[in-house]
Amino acid sequence: MFDPNKSTPKIDHEEKCSGQAVYVSDITFDDILYAKTVRSTIAKGYIRAIGVPTLPRGYHIVDHRDVVKENYVKMILTDWPVFAVDRVNYIGEPILLVVGPDKRVIDEIVSAIQIDYEEETPVFDFVNSVVNKSFAKGDYSQAAKAAKRTIIETFNTGYQEQAYIEPQGMLAYLEEGGKVTLVGSMQCPYYIKNAVINTLGYPEDKVRVIQPAVGGAFGGKEEFPSTIACQLATAVVKIKRPIKMIFEREEDMLVTTKRHPSEITLEAKIDENNKVLGIKAHVSLDAGAYIGLSGVVLSRAMLAVTNAYTINNLDVSGDVYVTNTVPTGAFRGFGSPQMIFAIEMFMNHLAKDLGLDPYQFRLNHLVKQGDLTSTSGLYRDPIILKDMIGKAMAISDYQKKTEEYAKLDSFKGIGMSWFLHGCGFTGDGESAHIKAKVRIVKDEKDVVHLHIAAVDMGQGARTSLKRVVAMALGVENEQVVFDYPDTDLAPDSGPTVASRTMMIVGGLLARAAQNLKDNWKAGERQEIIENYQPPQYIKWDESKLQGDAYPAYSWGVNIVEVEVSPVTYEVELKGIWSVYDVGKAIDERIVIGQADGGITQGVAYGYLEVMRHENGKLRQKNLTDYIIPTSMDMPPMETIIMDNPFAYGPYGAKGAGELTLVGGAPAVALAIENAIKRRVNRIPATPEHIMELLNNE
Amino acid sequence: MNSIKFNLNGQDVAVELNPSLRLLDVLRDHFHLTGTKEGCGEGECGACSVLINGRVVNSCCFPLANANGKKILTIEGLAATKRYQILKDAFHIEGGSQCGICTPGMIMAAESLLSMNPHPTDEEIRIGLSGNLCRCTGYNMIIKAVKTAAKLGEGLW
Repeated sequence: MFDPNKSTPKIDHEEKCSGQAVYVSDITFDDILYAKTVRSTIAKGYIRAIGVPTLPRGYHIVDHRDVVKENYVKMILTDWPVFAVDRVNYIGEPILLVVGPDKRVIDEIVSAIQIDYEEETPVFDFVNSVVNKSFAKGDYSQAAKAAKRTIIETFNTGYQEQAYIEPQGMLAYLEEGGKVTLVGSMQCPYYIKNAVINTLGYPEDKVRVIQPAVGGAFGGKEEFPSTIACQLATAVVKIKRPIKMIFEREEDMLVTTKRHPSEITLEAKIDENNKVLGIKAHVSLDAGAYIGLSGVVLSRAMLAVTNAYTINNLDVSGDVYVTNTVPTGAFRGFGSPQMIFAIEMFMNHLAKDLGLDPYQFRLNHLVKQGDLTSTSGLYRDPIILKDMIGKAMAISDYQKKTEEYAKLDSFKGIGMSWFLHGCGFTGDGESAHIKAKVRIVKDEKDVVHLHIAAVDMGQGARTSLKRVVAMALGVENEQVVFDYPDTDLAPDSGPTVASRTMMIVGGLLARAAQNLKDNWKAGERQEIIENYQPPQYIKWDESKLQGDAYPAYSWGVNIVEVEVSPVTYEVELKGIWSVYDVGKAIDERIVIGQADGGITQGVAYGYLEVMRHENGKLRQKNLTDYIIPTSMDMPPMETIIMDNPFAYGPYGAKGAGELTLVGGAPAVALAIENAIKRRVNRIPATPEHIMELLNNE
Repeated sequence: MNSIKFNLNGQDVAVELNPSLRLLDVLRDHFHLTGTKEGCGEGECGACSVLINGRVVNSCCFPLANANGKKILTIEGLAATKRYQILKDAFHIEGGSQCGICTPGMIMAAESLLSMNPHPTDEEIRIGLSGNLCRCTGYNMIIKAVKTAAKLGEGLW
C-alpha cells in the first residue's frame, strides 16, 4: 500500500538547484525582439495627443489601434482595456508598447515619447461602488431586539504585494500557419488562452499557451498575465517576430495587481448570557481602476464573516469601489485574510469589553459539525478544531505565556487565531464556469502522461499530482510523466487557484487513474478523460448567496509570539506554532513547505509589509522599500498536520495552499495587543502605528 | 576596447564588451549561463548571487570591469562539485526549494557561508543567508538544509 503522507523527491528538484530549470526569461530566439510598455503618468484624465519620435528601422509602436478584435482583457467582466484608448484611469495604465531588437534603443524611444494629458480630479476614496452584494442568515433585526448590548468596531487593512521573486514576463511567437503561441510566468494557462482568443478573435486552435517554470505567483499571476498576453499577442500578430517582455522589479511592483485594501465594520448584538446573537457586517474593498476579479474577492471576504464561529443571525453586505489607483486582484486567501483579521480581532475585543476571558468566550462560539455556515449551508464533515486548538496551546505553552505577558511592562506577547478556508471556487464557480476536465494518456510502453492545465509555481503540484496518479494506478512514480502544461495537449482543468488543485484536479486525476487501472491493456495506447461533477449534496443560490458556498473547509490554528521593542517599537517574532486540518496531507513535506511559506506571508501582512499610495502613486516600488521577511526575521516554526480525511477528496485531501496564510495576521496582531496592551484595528501594525497607539492614551 | 579577462568556472576567458555592463547580463546573455537569475536588479534579493574570489556577490550590481582578474564561480561551475551534490541532497531532504527562482542563489550563498564556517549555528546560517530573499518557504527548511549539508558534507568545507 502506498502512503499518501510519504514525501517523494520533487520531480524538478535537480533542475531548480542547478539553475537548469527554464523560466520565461531564460528562453530566447535568434531574431527575438523586446517590448517595453509606455504607461500613464497621471491618475485620471484624457489623452490629448501622443508624440512619438521618428522610429529607427526595425522598431515599432503597438497600441489600441492594432488590437485585432476586442480591446478588453477577458476575465469575469470586460472592463479592463488591453491598451488605453483616449483616457487613463490610474498611474501605470498601459498605453502602448515599444518593440524592437535593442533594449537600450527601446529605452531611448520610451523616454522620448511625449503624452499630452487633460487631467481630471482622481478619486481615491470609497465613493464609486460598482459591485454591491448582501446576504442574511436567521433574522438580525430579531436578534437586535433580544440583545442587551451592541458593540461596533471598524478594521482596516492595507495593500499587500505578492512579491514573487521572479517578476512577470511573457514571450509570444507565431508558429507555422499563424498560430499565436504564448510562453510565460502564469497560474492559469486557459485564462490566458481565452483572453487572447477574445482579443484576437481567433478560433481556439490558433492560440496556444505553454507554461515554463514559474518562480512564485501567490495569486499575482492569476489574472494579471492575461493583460500582458493580450498586449504581446497583438504585437506579434502585427510584427510577426518573437517578442519577449520581462518586467523589471519596479515596473512589476508599480503596475501588477495586489491584495485589496479593505475597511470592515462589524456590529455585534450580545444577549444577557454574553452570547453573540447576531453580527451585522459591511466590507469595503478598493478595486483600483478596474473591477477585474474584485466581485469574487468580495464574496469570499463576506462569506468568511463568521470564520470558525457559529453565529445564527447575520446581515452581511459589501461593496467594491473603483478608485484611480492600480487595480487590485488575486492574492493567496482572496478576500479571506481581510475578514479573518477583522473577525478574530473583534471576537477578542468583544470578550474584553464584556470582561470575559477571550479564549473561553471564543470557545463558546466555536463551530461544530452539523452547524450552519454563514450562508446557511451545512458543515457536513467532522470538525476537529477544538482538539487542534488544544494541541497548538500545548506545544506553544500558550496559557502560561498569555498570563505572564499580560503584566504591564513585559512588552512580550502571544496571540492565537482560529480559522477556516473554503476549498475550491466560491459557490457554483466550479460547476457553472470552470467545468474542469483532465486527460491522461498511457502510451504503448505503459508510461502514463498527465495532460492537465494545473501549474506548478513552486507549490509542488507536479510532484504531488503525479504521486496521486501513481498511487491510484499502483505503479512507481517513474511510470508517470507530468510535463509543463501546454494547451495543445492539456484540456482546461481550470486555473491553479482557490486551493482547488489537489482537491478538484487531484480528485479528477485519481478517478481517471482508477478508470485506467480498471481497463488497463498492457502495451496499448489508452486515453482517459474525466469531467468534473459537483458532489450531489451541494446546493447554492448565487443570486442570494445562500447554501453551500464550498464543497469542503480546511481548518487551522496559528499561535505567534512576539517581543516589541519598548524603544523603537519594532516587532520581533519569537515563535510560530501551527496546527492544520487539510483532510489528508499528500506528501507531508510539500504541505509543511506550504504551511511555512503561507504563515510567513500572513504574519508579514499583519506587521511588516507596508504599501501605500500618495495621490495614486505607489510609494513602495522595489524590494528595498517594500519589506518582505528575510531569514533574520523568521523564528523557528512548529507545525502539526492533522489527519481528517475528506470523503470526496483524493485520498481524503482538501485544500491547503491558502489556509496557511489567512490566520497569520490576526495571530501576530493579537500577540502585539498582548504585548502593548492596546487594541490593534489596523494592519500592518508597524512601529509607527504601535507608537501612535501607545501615545494616544 | 580592451578585453576584460577573468576566470569563469575554472576557465580563463576574455571578453570585449562594454565594461559598464552588469556581470549578470554578461553571464546570462554572453555566456548563456542562465542559472544565475534576476529577481530585483538592485542587490536586494540575491537571486543573482555568484562567488567572486570565493565571496558571495550580487552580480546585478557588479560591473563587468570589476571582474577583471577575478575568479568567478556561478551555479553552473559549482554544480560540477561534490559540495554542490551535498547541498542539493540536503535541500531535497529538508524541502528547501519550492519555486526554485531563489534556489541557485541560495545555494551559492550557502557555499560561501560553509566555506568560511563549516559548522555554522542556526543563527549564523540566518545571517549568512540574509541577503537572499525567498517568498515561498519562510526560510526554516532552507536553514535546516544548510545545517544538514554541513553534517553530510563533513570535511568537504
